[in-house]
Parts: sequence; C-alpha cells; structure tokens
Amino acid sequence: MKDSPASAPRVNWKDPQLAATLRARHARERRLKILGLLSLGAAFAMLFILLASLAASGYKAFVQTHVTMDFVISARNVNPENPEKGKYRKVIAESLQAVFPEVGRKEMRQLRKILSNGAQYMVRDAVVADPSLIGGVLRLTVPVSDPYDQLNKGEIDRTTPESNRRLSDREIAWFDRLKEAGMISTPFNKALFLNADSRFPELAGLKGALWGSFYALLVCFLLSFPLGIGAAIWLEEFAPKNRFTDIIEVNINNLAAVPSVVFGLLALAVFLGWFNLPRSAAFVGGMTLALMTLPTIIIATRAALKAVPPSIREAALGLGASRQQVVFGHVLPLAMPGILTGTIIGLAQALGETAPLLLIGMNAFITSAPESAFEPATALPTQIFIWADSPERGFAARTSAAILVLLGFLITMNLAAVILRRKFERKW
Amino acid sequence: MNQQETGAGEIKISARDVQVHYGDNHALVDVSVDISDKMVTAFIGPSGCGKSTFLRCLNRMNDTIDGCRVEGDIRLDGEDIYAPEVDPVHLRARVGMVFQKPNPFPKSIYDNVAYGPRIHGLAKNRSELDEIVEKSLRRGAIWDEVKDRLDAPGTSLSGGQQQRLCIARAIATSPEVLLMDEPCSALDPIATAQIEELIDELRRQFCVIMVTHSMQQAARVSQRTAFFHLGQLVEYGETGQIFTNPSDPRTESYITGRIG
Amino acid sequence: MLWLTFLIIVAAAALAYVLNLRAARRLWAEGARLHSITTFHALYALFLAALPAFVFVVLWLALSGPVIGALVLSGLPDEVRAGATAAQENLLLSEIRSLARGQAFGEPEPWKAAAAARLTALEATEGWARLALVSLIAAAGLIYARTRVSASFRARQRVERIINGLMVFCSLVAIFTTIGIVASLFVESMRFFARVPFFEFLFGTNWEPQIPIREDQVAGAGAFGWLPVLLGTMVITVVALVVALPIGLFSAIYLNEFASPRLRAVAKPVLEILAGVPTVVYGFFAVLVVAPALRQAGQALGVDVSPNTALAAGGTMGIMLIPFISSFTDDALSAVPRSLRDGSLALGATRGETVAKVLFPAAIPGIVGGVLLAVSRAIGETMIVVMAAGLIARMTINPLDSVTTVTVQIVTLLIGDTAFDNPKTLAAFALGMMLFLVTLGVNIVALRVVRKYRELYD
Repeated sequence: MKDSPASAPRVNWKDPQLAATLRARHARERRLKILGLLSLGAAFAMLFILLASLAASGYKAFVQTHVTMDFVISARNVNPENPEKGKYRKVIAESLQAVFPEVGRKEMRQLRKILSNGAQYMVRDAVVADPSLIGGVLRLTVPVSDPYDQLNKGEIDRTTPESNRRLSDREIAWFDRLKEAGMISTPFNKALFLNADSRFPELAGLKGALWGSFYALLVCFLLSFPLGIGAAIWLEEFAPKNRFTDIIEVNINNLAAVPSVVFGLLALAVFLGWFNLPRSAAFVGGMTLALMTLPTIIIATRAALKAVPPSIREAALGLGASRQQVVFGHVLPLAMPGILTGTIIGLAQALGETAPLLLIGMNAFITSAPESAFEPATALPTQIFIWADSPERGFAARTSAAILVLLGFLITMNLAAVILRRKFERKW
Repeated sequence: MNQQETGAGEIKISARDVQVHYGDNHALVDVSVDISDKMVTAFIGPSGCGKSTFLRCLNRMNDTIDGCRVEGDIRLDGEDIYAPEVDPVHLRARVGMVFQKPNPFPKSIYDNVAYGPRIHGLAKNRSELDEIVEKSLRRGAIWDEVKDRLDAPGTSLSGGQQQRLCIARAIATSPEVLLMDEPCSALDPIATAQIEELIDELRRQFCVIMVTHSMQQAARVSQRTAFFHLGQLVEYGETGQIFTNPSDPRTESYITGRIG
Repeated sequence: MLWLTFLIIVAAAALAYVLNLRAARRLWAEGARLHSITTFHALYALFLAALPAFVFVVLWLALSGPVIGALVLSGLPDEVRAGATAAQENLLLSEIRSLARGQAFGEPEPWKAAAAARLTALEATEGWARLALVSLIAAAGLIYARTRVSASFRARQRVERIINGLMVFCSLVAIFTTIGIVASLFVESMRFFARVPFFEFLFGTNWEPQIPIREDQVAGAGAFGWLPVLLGTMVITVVALVVALPIGLFSAIYLNEFASPRLRAVAKPVLEILAGVPTVVYGFFAVLVVAPALRQAGQALGVDVSPNTALAAGGTMGIMLIPFISSFTDDALSAVPRSLRDGSLALGATRGETVAKVLFPAAIPGIVGGVLLAVSRAIGETMIVVMAAGLIARMTINPLDSVTTVTVQIVTLLIGDTAFDNPKTLAAFALGMMLFLVTLGVNIVALRVVRKYRELYD
C-alpha cells in the first residue's frame, strides 16, 4: 500500500486548539460582517445627510415673508392718463410714511428697503389693471426684501453685535412694529414657481428654468426617441454581423461613457461655432442632451427587443409577414413598455445634466421665461448652479428649494418608469 | 483481515425520519437510514427523487439555500449534527464533499489542496503543509500527473484530473465521511473509470457516500445501495441484493428501466 | 417662417398619403390584384413627399447662415474689410446680427446700420426662397409618387428599403457624434497648438490662463502647461476612490453574502438613489455641508484646511461613486459560479472566508473593470469640482490644499462670452481633447476587462 491510513494525518476535530481556531475564524467573519454593515450604514447615512441638509435649508424657501399694506394712490403721483409711468417709488415711500410717521426723510431711504424692490411694480400692475384705484387706497400684500425675510425666518441672530449684523437695531425695530401691527404674513412662496430669475432673492423664481428644462427635454425626446429606436431596431433585428456593425456597437458603448462636459465642447464648437445656432437656447441644449441620451435609449431598446421571445417573430413570419412587418407590427409594440421605461430613465438623467448646458450658455441671467425653444433660457440644474453661486443669503435657501423641486421631478419620473415596468412586466 | 478493513460495518451515520422542505415543496419524506463506515454507499433513483437533497443534508450544505428546512434526526458517530451547538463549519470539515461538476478554485493546484488545511489551521508550518498537499494528491491518485506543476492553475487540468484534484482537496482536511454528488457525470468513460478506481481505494479510510445516476456505477463501486423515489427511501440494502433481488416493485421497475 | 416650412412638409406628406391611398383603393375596387397593399402605396407617397423636402430644409438651414454672413461681409465698405482677420470678421458679423435684432449699444456707424438692414433683407429673401423651394420639392415628390401607383408597383419593397435606410441613418448618428467630438476637439486644439507649442502644453508645470495675453506676447511663457491641472484631477480622483472603494466594496460584499433578501431588496434601490442624484446637487452639497464640516474639523485638529480643499470635492465625488462601485462589485460577485461558493463552503470555510479567499479573488477582474469605469467618471465629473474645487492650478498632492481639475478649467475658460480666437478659449478644447483621450483609454480598457471576465464564466 503506497499510503496507509496509519500514516494519514488523522485530525482530532475535538482538539480544543482547533475549537479556539474556529472561534477566531468566526470572530473574523463577524468583523467582516460588521465592516460591511458599517459601510452600508455609511452610504445610507450620507444619503440621509444629503437629503436632510437640503430639506433643512430648503424648506424655508417655500414660504416668503410678506407685508400687507395700504398704498395711497394719489393722482399727484400717478397720472390717470398714463398710469404706467406713475411715481410708484414715491407711492411706496408715502405709504410707509403713513405707518411710520416719525421717520425722517433721511431714514426713509433705509425704511423703504423693508419692501422688496418688486413692490413698486406690483402696485403699478394693480393700478394699471384697475385705474379706478387712483385717488383711493390699495391694500396689497407684497414681499419684504431678503434681509427682513431672513430675520422673520430666524436666520438673523438678534444677539450678535449690531456691527456684525445685516440689519441694524433700528431696522429690526421697524420690522417688529410691522409684525406687532399684524401686517406680516408668511404665505406659500408662489413666486418660486411663477417668477423667472431675479437679482433679488425674494423675487427670484424657477419659471424660466422650468420652461427651459421643458423645452430642452422636449427637443431631446423628439430627437433621441425616434433616432434611438431606429438605431436599436436596425442593430438588433436587421444589421448584418460584420466589422461595420461592430464598430457602431463599440462606438455606442464608448459614447455612453464619454464625460458630459465633452458633449458640451462638441455643442459649443459645432452647434454654436460652425452652425451659428443661438446661444443659451433650449433648442441647442436639447440637441446636446439628445446626443447624450441616445446611447441610453439604444441600449434600453435593444434589451427590450431581445426580451421578446423568438417564437413571436417566428409565428408572424410563418404567416407570411415581411421582417419589417413583424418587427413594426408585433415585436415593437411588445417591447414598447421596456423602451418607454428606458427612455424615461434617460430623460431623467438628461434633466439633471448640467455641465454641457453651462458651455452653451444656458447659465445666463434671464429675467423672463422663454416663449419658445429658440429663446435664451436657463434650465433647472443650471439655475441651481447660478443660485448656488449667488452671494445673497436668500439664494442659499432657494438653491436648496430648487434642488428639492428638481429631485421631485426626478423621483416622479423614476417612479413612473418603475410603475410602467411593473405594470407591463411579462413573463414569457 | 488487514488493518484497513477495521471499522467496516460500524454505523457512521444514522438518519431518522428526515424531512426536507424547499419552501412549499416537500422534497424528502421520512427518510431513515444507517450508513456504515469504510464502505461505499450509493444513492440511486430517478432525477428529482431527493437523493442529492439527502446527501446535502449530511454536511448541512442545505443550510446555504434560502427557504430550505430540514427536520428529523441525523447523527454522525451518535452526535446530532443539527444540534444547536454544532458548528456547520466544523461539521463540513469532517464531512467532505465532491460535486457533480469539477469546481477547482481559480488558484494553483497547490493552493487548491492547501485551501482546507490553511483555513482550518491544520499545518503548523510550510513543510507540514507541503506534506499534507502531497499526501492528499497521492491519495487522490493525481500526484504523478501534477507533481511537476503544482503552481499551474487548477483550471488548466482536464476534466477528470480536475475532479481528482477536487477529491484530493476534499481529503486534505482529513474528513471522516466523503460525500460525492454524481462525481463522474461530467466526465468521459476513461476518466470515470479512474475515479471509480479511486473511490474503491478511498473506502479503506473513509465512509464514502455517492449519488449516482448510473446503476452500473452503483453496482460496480458500492457495497450498499439506497433507492430513492419521489422523495422517499424505497429500499436500502446490500448492493448485490438490490440489483439481483429487489424487494420493492418500484426498485425493480427502476432497475429494469421501466421508470427513471 | 421656420414653423411654416415644417407645416408645408407635414401637409404635403399628409396630402400625398391620402392621394395615393385613394388611388390604390380605386385600383383595388376596380378589381386589380395589387402587388402591395394600399397602405404601402400611401406610405411610399408620404416618404417621397416629406423626406427630400426635410433633408433639403436641414441642409439649407445649416448652410444659409454662413452664406448670408459672407454676403453681408462682402457688401461692407472696403476700408473696413481691409486687413481684417477671420476672427475680427466673425466679431463684426455678430455685432451686425445683434444690430439687426434691434439690440444697439449707442449710435451705430451708418455702414453698420446699412449692413444690418441688408442682413434683414437677405434673411427675408432666404425665408421666402426656402418656402418656395420646399413647396416645389415636396410637390415634385408627391406628383412622382402619385404617378407610380399601379397594380404591379412593388410599393412594399420600396417602402421597406426607405425605412431600412432611415434606420441605418439612425445608427450612424452615434458615429457622427463621435466624429463630431473628435473633429471639433481636434480642430480647435490644433488652433491652440498653433499658438502654444504642443510640448509646452504637455510638459509645462505652470497653468495661468487668466493672464491677459497681449498681441505682442502670444501666450506668456509657461502659462499653458497642463501638468498641475492633471495632477489636481488625479488628487481629487484618488480622494474620491479612497472614499468610494472601501465603502462600495464592503457594502457589496455584505449585500451579496450576508444580507437577508429583504435588506437587499431595500438597500439596492436606496443605493441607486445615490446614483441618480444629479451632480450639480452633489456640488451644492459639497459647498453647503462637506467643505464647512471639513474646515471645522481641521480647525479642531489645528490643521489648516483650504476652503476649496480637494477633500471636499473628492469626498463628495466619492459618495457619488459608492453605488457605482458597489453595483459592479455585486454583479462581479454574483457572476462567480455557485459551484465555487459551494466548493469552499463544503470544505468547511465560513462565508467570510469563502468571500475573502475564493469569491473576491475570482471576481477581481470584474471589479477592476468597474473601478476603472469609476475612475473615468471621476476624471470626467464636472459639476462637483466646478462648484467645490479651486481655480488656481498648483503642483501639490496635498489633499487639504485647493487644487483645480481639467473639467473645472474647461468650464471656467468657456463660461461667459466665448470667441474662438484667443488661446484662453482654445486651451479649453485642448484640455477637452486630453480629457476625451484619457477617459476613452480608461473606458476601452475597462470595457475589455469586463467583457473578458464575462467570457471567463459564461
């Protein structure tokens, strides 16, 4: 016998030393588990901190401090013939004087800053809409300017020395008097959605950015959806297997991993530089985003087409349909839910994309919402970038609020994708 | 009677009323069997009959499958292997297993065999480990083929060699029982013959339990045979008797090829 | 005018469709055995009416701008045109354009006003010519298609060939995009390297593009060496990986091996949320939370932390990369055949030992591929660094310092008004080309590694 069991190393598995080894091994495994749990916990914690800090700094921007005042519209200041050209700054000053009769001319400049710079235009618009107000009194609720909004929201610490504070003791006293008089309210900040961008935080809103993003996504969808489906169908169902199609496939995969800023450079050089398309236009942004979304849609569409079982193709082909009739009549409709899911996810990515839009100038300061895709506009993410860069305190909260709005859209889109997938998920 | 045969016939594993559920599926029903040491016991039966499931109960590999419940009593040397104080890690070192498809790790031949001794801390130093590796490879009847290339990856070997490597890997931890789940089903006839010869050799030291699809293999290699059908142990006895004079009509049908 | 153009095309297509459909139906009603069903005759007409007209409009729109520009320029007084470089002409042209749009700064010179008027007139002519030509082309297609309706006409084959051609075109868009990227980066970079020597860019250790460059001092010496920018990119990438790698790897290992199916079902979508957050949000988070926190921590420890520390940008980028790394690791671990896992467990290895000694080594190629893709992402990531990293290029590897990256420089050089004639703007394209080449290289290697690895176990 070449190896007898007598010489075999019989292990005594009851050996206490082995039991100790075993305990140490289990302890090592526990450590690995704990490490894993800690990592997972760290990832969760970071997500939580991210969302919590945005919510904490952003929720206050959803309300805005307003003051309700009686504005005396005297014919001296507003000519009934031409109400648009009235001296509304003076109207405001006089109305404030009525509330604070002791304030002198010099301090008036300071006092007037309680109201937002937009107040005079609101009064003007109200008067233009209803000229019968001239000679009477208009009760209107207008936003206060940013520092007072911050004060009302508790962002300004009254205990810090006056010299380090953005509002002087006197200014705070003025505001407190308004508050005691019951003139201050903090309603929902409609301006956040109904106004376009502004230099004044209390007037700045997302309307322009929302429309810009809408136009850009619309263009992106109109281009990338048909192009993506066409390419995917050809590659999946009709393309011959040769070097040329290989190159296309490798190319699509690589395109999906090209940094987004490079697409911005492409758009800047080609769309703006060579074709002279308008700068800052949502149309150009949409075209750029379409090029970036294309690989996502192609890949998703191909996966959806692949998931349709060959038996369906064979059955239709057997009935004498041409290959195109089979694909467009039978395979494509069955693959549609999957394609739409992929498209929604691709559009959601495009909605959050920022860098390429910066390069084509969609970060311009534009105070009116675009009326078409060819007008200068911002988009939601670029608006966030602009506001994040603005020094005024009020913009910090608005940036977070805009991010919450953006995340709201993204969550809605992704949920739609998930629901679509669940609803139409088929088991063949 | 030479020394190697001592212990033959002693009961190594005894199972009583073993039930296995996979979710709602009752995979094994009331299996009771005594398996002897130093012998080859073959489990035969049509596919899906529960023979592999039962085999995997013996080293608690079923624990790794979600939704699998094992009930009943399985004892190794009189100890309940499902007792709460039994560590499955410990148990699996004592009850080695070889799988249907050769599954060498993507490591060198040496590291494949040294894997078990290393994790269990069976060797105090490198020379002891070398000795264990060589002995295991010798007993796996593959030493002569690989002794010059112990650093080559285990996956570079042929299918039959890989399976013998896996057997050598299993014996390197000095188990008492060797479970083999259709060890030859993925191999060609020549490799199969080599493995069968090896199994016959191994029963001198181990309690070998083998699941097989092939009745001829069971007849060639085993001393005892258990026939499973639809999750039940139909018949268990001397191999010769099962094949020549089965007592249950289902066994007879299977052996004569009417079911299976 | 543009909408009217497209309206004409749509109307012509619809009309062509209806006309051919009715003609084919009439044939069919008369008892002719049509080779193709009526719908294909109609579709044939639709394509013939719409496609050539549409292609024409796109080409026309692409070409009319430069042509009109050239016409306007050629009409300028000789003394203005004499000696003007191409760049100056471009500048002049955009000035005239804004003048034509009514955006005048002060009182324009009379010749400029005349040019603007000429531009407006030309644009009007262009619009009418376009409408006329489009109508003509669409009508020609429509009439031709109508004459082709006959029983023996193989309309289906024709339509299918057109559709096939359209699909091939769709597939080529991806190629065109790549060509566009390469061409635009290459052309603009070449213009840059005509002013700044290539090797100075490649090996220079001084990056100060903001220095005003006068005519006589073309690209101040050493101001365009990209090495410090590259170094900054690498510092931030390393910081990001230091955060993302351990957290991503260990969470994936835990989820793959130890977690209950329920925890897995919850944890994976949660990690995906982390991946779906737009980078501009991470950038703001870095500025709002991470950087101040690091600064405070630095003060507590008595370490001087720059407000734009690479740690803030890199760390936040790391958070963004966690789901990336964990999902690649999870996939790679799941791709290891079950038989290896069983083999190890059956030898009495614990699950931990099985992961550490068998599964993880076996999955390494797949994980490496994923990590490489993460690296390429980190290098190309823009918004986080634009918002949280610095602007000044320094030769430093200290992550507490402020560093700048390739993408930061691209964006800062190009934000605002851009004219394609100064090295500052063109430098952004040179950086863009390097960025494209580096990420392309990393991606190709990564995709190859991942694919090789998949073949290994398939």
